[in-house]
Amino acid sequence: MLQEKYKTEIDEILSRYPVRRSAMLPLLTMAQREEGYVSEAAMKEIASILRVTPPQVYETVTFYTMLNLKPIGTFHIQVCKSLMCALVGSDSLLVWLQARLGIKPGETTPDRLFTLSTVECLASCGTGPMMQVNDDYYERLTEEKVDRILADLKRDGTSPLKSGPFILPEPEGAHG
Amino acid sequence: MPSYEPILTKNMLTPGYTGSLVDYERAGGYQALRKVLGKIAPDDVTAMVIKSGLRGRGGAGFPTGVKWGFLPKDYTGPRYLCCNADESEPGTFKDRQLIERDPHQMLEGMAITCYAIGAETAYIYIRGEFVLGAKILEKALAEARAAGYIGRNILGTGINIEMWLHRGAGAYICGEETALLESLEGKRGLPRVKPPFPATHGLYNKPTVVNNVETLANLPYIVNRGPEWFASIGSPPKSTGTRIFCVSGHVKRPGNYEVPMGITCRELIFEHAGGMRSDKPLKAIIPGGASAAFFTDQHLDVKLDFESVAQAGSMLGSGGVTIMEEGTSMVWAALRLMEFFYHESCGKCTPCREGTSWLVQTMRRIWTRRGRLEDLETLTDLCQNIAGRTVCAFGDAAIAPITSTLKHWRHEYEELIRTAEAAGSAELVMPATRH
Repeated sequence: MLQEKYKTEIDEILSRYPVRRSAMLPLLTMAQREEGYVSEAAMKEIASILRVTPPQVYETVTFYTMLNLKPIGTFHIQVCKSLMCALVGSDSLLVWLQARLGIKPGETTPDRLFTLSTVECLASCGTGPMMQVNDDYYERLTEEKVDRILADLKRDGTSPLKSGPFILPEPEGAHG
Repeated sequence: MPSYEPILTKNMLTPGYTGSLVDYERAGGYQALRKVLGKIAPDDVTAMVIKSGLRGRGGAGFPTGVKWGFLPKDYTGPRYLCCNADESEPGTFKDRQLIERDPHQMLEGMAITCYAIGAETAYIYIRGEFVLGAKILEKALAEARAAGYIGRNILGTGINIEMWLHRGAGAYICGEETALLESLEGKRGLPRVKPPFPATHGLYNKPTVVNNVETLANLPYIVNRGPEWFASIGSPPKSTGTRIFCVSGHVKRPGNYEVPMGITCRELIFEHAGGMRSDKPLKAIIPGGASAAFFTDQHLDVKLDFESVAQAGSMLGSGGVTIMEEGTSMVWAALRLMEFFYHESCGKCTPCREGTSWLVQTMRRIWTRRGRLEDLETLTDLCQNIAGRTVCAFGDAAIAPITSTLKHWRHEYEELIRTAEAAGSAELVMPATRH
């Protein structure tokens, strides 16, 4: 499946490494990009591409928190709960998100739109509380800001409130 | 407020600077690479870096040039450079800024390193969550390739250096250099038993250097302005250069502050980061990321350099400085960090895998007012049985929050336990935990 669709990309990835297995994470990331999670079929295919056994792929997948073994919602909301974010209010942010979405961490809304997770430090400690939604960071969150982001995501699939190239503190006169 | 000449953050603090190749070249970028390639012998570049006193900015603080010098001289097979861009130490957010705001600076540093150690291939291992950073680096790599700064026959010198971006997929331990190598080889990120060290048996069992983003970013300036200049900054002879301190927690202006090593905690917190966010006084400082022991307000005059912080009982680590105000429970703070270490323990060594789980359960019991006085002995006993008994430094790091808070704020633990005993709830029910 992956090979039919992305043969050129896969060949290019393999060419970067002298050992095929090094392409493991890039290919798993590709599989997850395609289906939203890493399916059993994808793991078997990756095993054959890398010439390793399916369990060798599976044991790798289970080590990394970003790889999902089950389908998740369209938007994966990941709230940092590590100490630095907790000092500036991530616990109450999480309570707010749970109330807004009607789900607990680890759950997906019935419309399959949102999955909520708590995660450990995302290197955004000076701009907490924060969350990552799919590829994007959203920082210095407030309840109002979270509501706007959720509305934006539902309506447009993205939100202009996401972070750009990071600098902190912002130089004077610059836009955050 | 004292002001210092920024080195690594100078370009990005210049109005209008975008981090593009054109901007970087205009600011003098890639001149250092031109200066060394084929003109200065690789060993002399290493000697220059040793002379500068540059030490690793990822956490361990090992002298960079010395690390390079460990690579076998007579080995003719492939050698590798890995840039550690897995920034995941809680409290640290400097590499993210260096990557997203001035990517060519670290690429030039990488090219210089490759030349010095004789590596023709380099991988940038970037944490998977940095999607924006990965996009920016891919673009910068394409620009540098098109301009002939990386690839085959660089700048007509006949030297080949290829660089690839490799994204992680979520695992704190992959910032440990041998776990990073395992992960880059497509396996679970389990740290290796050392020796052998990566210098002789690294990526694919070949001689390898792993350097942090900030470490590499310093190299163009050491080449351009000379090792003597670099060695004069900070706290010579052992802590030279600037550090980008990432200040977080209860301060007015959290952020990345590039200052010479050796300024005091007080200056960093009260001058640069604007002081406390409210009228509550300062209670605790974590001086070097989650793995560093807590400081109290008595440590405000400790100098932020490798030796001074170590002498005061903690470590400069990754430069993540977290400030907590009065009213913050130290048991709660230590528990929150302990939950991090429990979640991130790779599971290879029994003392760490089982110990972090046990520590979290005991801490939770105390925090939820169900503790007993014996629990404090359990905590101490567990910490002693983890320290020094694991393959990597994770075990020593994981116990720092508990041992240091027990040392400085034991009364807070005892108070919670007294509340539990007064309520007569000394039952032995342990909260169920799972990974």
